[in-house]
Amino acid sequence: MERYILKRVLSVIPVLLVVAVVVFALIHLTAGDPAGIMLGDNATPEDIARLRAELGLDRPLITQFWIWFRNLLRGDLGDSIFLHRPVLQAIIERAEPTLMLTAMSLLVAVLIGVPTGVISAVKRNTWVDRLFLTTGLLGASIPSFWLGLGLIYVFAVNLAKLPSAGYQPIADGVWGCLRYLILPSLALGFPNSALITRITRSSMLDVLDQDYVRVARAKGLSVNKVVLKHALRNALVPILTVVGLTFATLMGGAVVTETVFNIPGVGRLVVQSVTRRDYPVIQGIVLVIASLYVFINLVVDVLYTVVDPRIKY
Amino acid sequence: MALLEVSDLRTSFTTVDGVMPAVDGVSFSLDTGKTLGIVGESGCGKSVTSLSIMRLVPNPPGKITHGTIMFDGHDLLKKSEVEMRKVRGNEIAMIFQEPMTSLNPVFTIGQQIGEAITLHQKLSSREALAKSIEMLKLVGIPSPEKRVKEYPHQMSGGMRQRVMIAMALSCHPKLLIADEPTTALDVTIQAQILELMNDLQDRLGTAIMLITHDLGVVAETADDVAVMYAGKIVEQCEADELFKSPCHPYTIGLMNSIPKIGSGARRLQVIDGVVPNPYQMPKGCRFHPRCDWAQDACRESQPELVDIGGGHLVRCWRAGEVLA
Repeated sequence: MERYILKRVLSVIPVLLVVAVVVFALIHLTAGDPAGIMLGDNATPEDIARLRAELGLDRPLITQFWIWFRNLLRGDLGDSIFLHRPVLQAIIERAEPTLMLTAMSLLVAVLIGVPTGVISAVKRNTWVDRLFLTTGLLGASIPSFWLGLGLIYVFAVNLAKLPSAGYQPIADGVWGCLRYLILPSLALGFPNSALITRITRSSMLDVLDQDYVRVARAKGLSVNKVVLKHALRNALVPILTVVGLTFATLMGGAVVTETVFNIPGVGRLVVQSVTRRDYPVIQGIVLVIASLYVFINLVVDVLYTVVDPRIKY
Repeated sequence: MALLEVSDLRTSFTTVDGVMPAVDGVSFSLDTGKTLGIVGESGCGKSVTSLSIMRLVPNPPGKITHGTIMFDGHDLLKKSEVEMRKVRGNEIAMIFQEPMTSLNPVFTIGQQIGEAITLHQKLSSREALAKSIEMLKLVGIPSPEKRVKEYPHQMSGGMRQRVMIAMALSCHPKLLIADEPTTALDVTIQAQILELMNDLQDRLGTAIMLITHDLGVVAETADDVAVMYAGKIVEQCEADELFKSPCHPYTIGLMNSIPKIGSGARRLQVIDGVVPNPYQMPKGCRFHPRCDWAQDACRESQPELVDIGGGHLVRCWRAGEVLA
């Protein structure tokens, strides 16, 4: 077990290296001179030359990469051109709302997806099953920005129960913070629950036909206990996989949701940085999100071995 | 009074192709400490009979439509689901054909044996663990203290079937239903498992309902035998009597298809034809299309199960005649 975890952790290193190279290449893959693009049409040749020197774009590519990579290892993602601050600091300042939103949305997606998937499987081919699958399909087809606007209209404008936009740091009170997150995490989490429902359903259907489920019934266990203890535990590996993948989707979806709900998170930062052509920030955010994604998958891989004792690497 | 008395049990499955009577008027009884063998080809209704007794026929599509199942003086078909849960695993236990897939891969052997014990005997988990070790010892698993913490994938098929038996017997059931318990095992392991079941029956006094397609298994273990064909019992008597003088053409066919050492025959004798389509049972005796002795009467109407003497029941128009 420990050996497996160590091996998985070590195997993450080459992946992160590739991520680093791709992120570095980002600035060079844009057509034309990055410095010129960043400064816009009104920039003088002198300004462009100064920025090129500042960013080190006048040096050989390999030297640029080496400097960038060395700084990266020290945790230095460079400075934002627009904010005049270290990129890492800018990201950390914006991290809390995004992490809270992603976590809450994942919670919403799992709390909707897993139970409906389990019920659908147990009540296969009944009206309940069809209702959940249709609702799920509907949810998956609704863009989350549209759902977000709808939720604002109903709960914030008409019922006036919840704030329509903004964010309150968790340090200022947990409930206050959650109040701001309820609508955005529903808007982001609900459409993403459909995939979890479907995977849970099909995985449970496989398991419910297994002999050991019948054996568990023959022992005298109730249907609920057999489903929740014997079946769900065996169906968990595919569910975990899709939950891990959903996390990545949610991080991406946070960009739109934060814009709709005016939440000052990393998503908003990335949108602002793209419009300002603030390349160091874009690079930094892509790097952080990609690393988080790799990390989440690492956690999922380790959880496999906890869930299923047969998995040994 | 018999421990188990099934009378006129009918279980059918409703599918898009129509209604399929899987078990069609089956009656038999089983006394404490005895073994009843139920023999037949796949699809003859023997497994559905056992699932009906456990009330575990998947519904839908399956449904018990008629009959009574008297167990220890109570009709199991009249019990509520909650009452049935107290019977399953406690008074009636079941072991299944596939030991490789009958244990849950994500729980330890001890957790799985202990589950029924904690459920029915209200023991603490530590007492249940001790009981599990004791049961593993009883079924002849070496170093049970170590094995109890292992997972099913760490054991062989024979070992797993022993675990299944330990699990089934952990609450000292009055009746053990064994559905093809040795079919998936190697021949040498088969003999060990049968011997174990016989031995435990002698010690614990459990009644066993043994479902099999293997007459050899019946010969070794059963006191009484019921032969099933297409959802009905076609012959029923004491095991010795059945092997001495089989009367139903189907039973005779089954006996003849057992290869005999020294007979000199180059080919196995087979019963021609196939089991009838359950949605379109043949008119008259269900076996007549495959029967060498069929007459007009066999094609016209269904024979009843009649006693031809000494409790030897046969469902055949020509039961009185010597056929073999």
